[in-house]
Amino acid sequence: MAMETLERVLAEHPFFKGLERPYLQLLAECASRVRFDAGEVIFREGEESNLFYLIRHGKVAVETFAPNRGPITIQTLGEGEVLGWSWLIEPYRRRFDARSVELTRAIAIDGQCIRGRCEEDHDFGYELMKCVAHVMDKRLQATRLQLLDVYDGIRS
Amino acid sequence: MKGLSPQGTELAVLEPDHLQLLLDILGKRGYRVVGPTVRDRAIVYDDLTSLADLPVGWTDEQEGGIYRLKRRNDGALFGYAVGPDSWKKFLHPPVVRLWRAKTGGNGFQIMEEDDGVPKFAFVGVRPCEIHAIAIQDKIFLNGEYRDPFYEARRQDLFVVALNCGHAGGTCFCVSMNTGPKATFGFDLALTEVLEADRHYFVVEVGTELGAELLREVPHEAASEEEKAAAERIVARTAGQMGRRMYTTGIKDLLYRNYESPHWEDVAKLCLTCGNCTMVCPTCFCTTVEDVTDLAGEHAERWRKWDSCFTMDFSYIHGGSVRASAMARYRQWMTHKLATWIDQFGTSGCVGCGRCITWCPVGIDITEEVNAIRRSERRR
Amino acid sequence: MTGLSDPMVPSPFRVQRVQRETYDTFTLELEPANGADGFSFAPGQFNMLYMFGLGEVPISISGDPTKPQTLVHTVRSVGAVTQVLRRLKRGDVLGVRGPFGSHWPVEEAAGSDVVIVAGGIGLAPLRPVLYYLLSNREKYGRIVLVYGARTLQDMLYKVELEKWRGQFDLEVEVTVDTAAASYRGNVGVVTTLIPRVQFDPLHTVAMVCGPEVMMRFTLRELEARDVGPESIFISMERNMKCAIGACGHCQFGPTFVCKDGPVFRYDRIQAFFAKREV
Repeated sequence: MAMETLERVLAEHPFFKGLERPYLQLLAECASRVRFDAGEVIFREGEESNLFYLIRHGKVAVETFAPNRGPITIQTLGEGEVLGWSWLIEPYRRRFDARSVELTRAIAIDGQCIRGRCEEDHDFGYELMKCVAHVMDKRLQATRLQLLDVYDGIRS
Repeated sequence: MKGLSPQGTELAVLEPDHLQLLLDILGKRGYRVVGPTVRDRAIVYDDLTSLADLPVGWTDEQEGGIYRLKRRNDGALFGYAVGPDSWKKFLHPPVVRLWRAKTGGNGFQIMEEDDGVPKFAFVGVRPCEIHAIAIQDKIFLNGEYRDPFYEARRQDLFVVALNCGHAGGTCFCVSMNTGPKATFGFDLALTEVLEADRHYFVVEVGTELGAELLREVPHEAASEEEKAAAERIVARTAGQMGRRMYTTGIKDLLYRNYESPHWEDVAKLCLTCGNCTMVCPTCFCTTVEDVTDLAGEHAERWRKWDSCFTMDFSYIHGGSVRASAMARYRQWMTHKLATWIDQFGTSGCVGCGRCITWCPVGIDITEEVNAIRRSERRR
Repeated sequence: MTGLSDPMVPSPFRVQRVQRETYDTFTLELEPANGADGFSFAPGQFNMLYMFGLGEVPISISGDPTKPQTLVHTVRSVGAVTQVLRRLKRGDVLGVRGPFGSHWPVEEAAGSDVVIVAGGIGLAPLRPVLYYLLSNREKYGRIVLVYGARTLQDMLYKVELEKWRGQFDLEVEVTVDTAAASYRGNVGVVTTLIPRVQFDPLHTVAMVCGPEVMMRFTLRELEARDVGPESIFISMERNMKCAIGACGHCQFGPTFVCKDGPVFRYDRIQAFFAKREV
């Protein structure tokens, strides 16, 4: 895909909203299109974390495996959302499994490559951190609401 | 219903003996006459047949958490302020059966109550209590649903008001503009005058019915001296208020301060016993209880007084909305002084002081308002 | 109104059908036992359901307001009275008082997009809105239903949800809090669906019902989508005994939930909604 088109796709994705053109260019250099078939495993817990994904179409399940219950879906992510940020945070290992529930198209960005650029250019690093922090905040709120189990009421 | 008394009415004078005649006439006309009497070391409201039933020569000493009866050095019939009872015990009874039902027919049949309510004559109604009755009229008669039980007891009510000659230690009717003189809502209003050599009542007529009954009792027109004596008594009482409530901007003050740290301070004292709600003449909250016989063939629905201080009051699936004592005290006070105004157009408080007197730990609603103001200034 | 002369006296209604929705939730279809035609109500209103000699509970009406012949209530079995209601069978009689309370602004929403956000049992008082909107479809812009349940097994009205999802003139997004990995639908709290649905925030009426915490989070998401508080309506719940604004139990600040609510325009109660233990 032509660099300018990738750049435009990145600019339009909500995750990078507000990011300036030079930074988008940097990101586009480390980006590529990917596709996952329904049921395909994207990554597994414990693996090295290098890529993160901007989902353009489809559905991805963030899962974990519980011994007596089997695989449990914690959250599903769809178009406009981002999968994975452990590439930015030591020890750069995946905390959960991710599996494509249906045919999914995404932009994969090489986190290892971006990490290097963040170390060189802290302004770029800060801007990227802001994007990630925003997503984490929303996920944390959603997770906490999930934890409250508000629908349960009393079970005698 | 009682409206405003015609202003500038001639005042009359009654001797105490003739007051007895008035009670008799009321009885003959089919009224159930109720008024103050001494029982269990308090002045409560109960049936009256003769003047001797009244708290003759008694007065009350009231302070936060304190109520005592003391002997007077005269024979005043109404020489006290207010006791733990209010007239709501007759108009809005503590326990009422709403209906009875039995199984059968299309599942069940309801038999509505027709309980032959008496017509009441209240003797000795304080001006603050007249306001309290007017406030409860707004609650029970002005909404989308009129309360038939209240209406049945209220519609034929005959009121003999008693202007106050003695301010209770916790009274603040002057702050609330509810006394110590009755200005409306009575058939007859009396002011008891005790002089060295004379004991008489100055009478103001409030309604046609009041005038009619007065005509059946020997009386004289009040002289200028007698009228002045009555006014002096009322003015003296107004100057003896035990408390003051600063009501300027009180609704907005309380609305602004739901999160004031002061609520925690009063919560440390409040036992959530609910005494204040029982003695308050305007508190109206009730609960509904359904009961049945063992066979499950007969059922009844009862309505009973309830208090916002209980945990049950605000209970929904698994917990109370107001679980803490702080929340429950705050609910009572903000309802009484603030949200009541938005609900019914007036304050819920008439300044009778009962909640202060009958609180076991002496929490003072007037002081609580001051404390909220102070805590706001500090922040 | 069904013409109850004394609002404290229940009328007998006969159970025509009982449908189990989930392990603890069931739907009753009722008809008047005394020969009356039916039961008129506005979406969002509730009745007091009476089990003879035992007690009453306030339950939202969840049927079709355009079909008043049948009175429908979806009930969750959580307390003394509702446990007994759960044992009702066809032919049994219970008492009904009502309808009480304010209603969803289905008429005022004409011309706008309508976004309905429901959590758990909160879909029950909103279902009448959907029936009403769909029977007057041409009056509204986009209609969006966003619904979250605890798990797939806790979802209400699954058959109807599927039917609505299949319609071309209605957007339905459903999610569950947790699911086994074999589930291919959305997983996550209902608030995560709000950024994903299409509507015009300047011409939208939002109607929200569910546990208070869920409503609080939902209001934040709607605010993030620029929906003004005067365009959002929520349904509140409080302890009720009389349902006619006389017993004092249901007070929420200066309002009585039984008569000023249960449906409130959010801006009118915003200040009190933010306070705790009110």
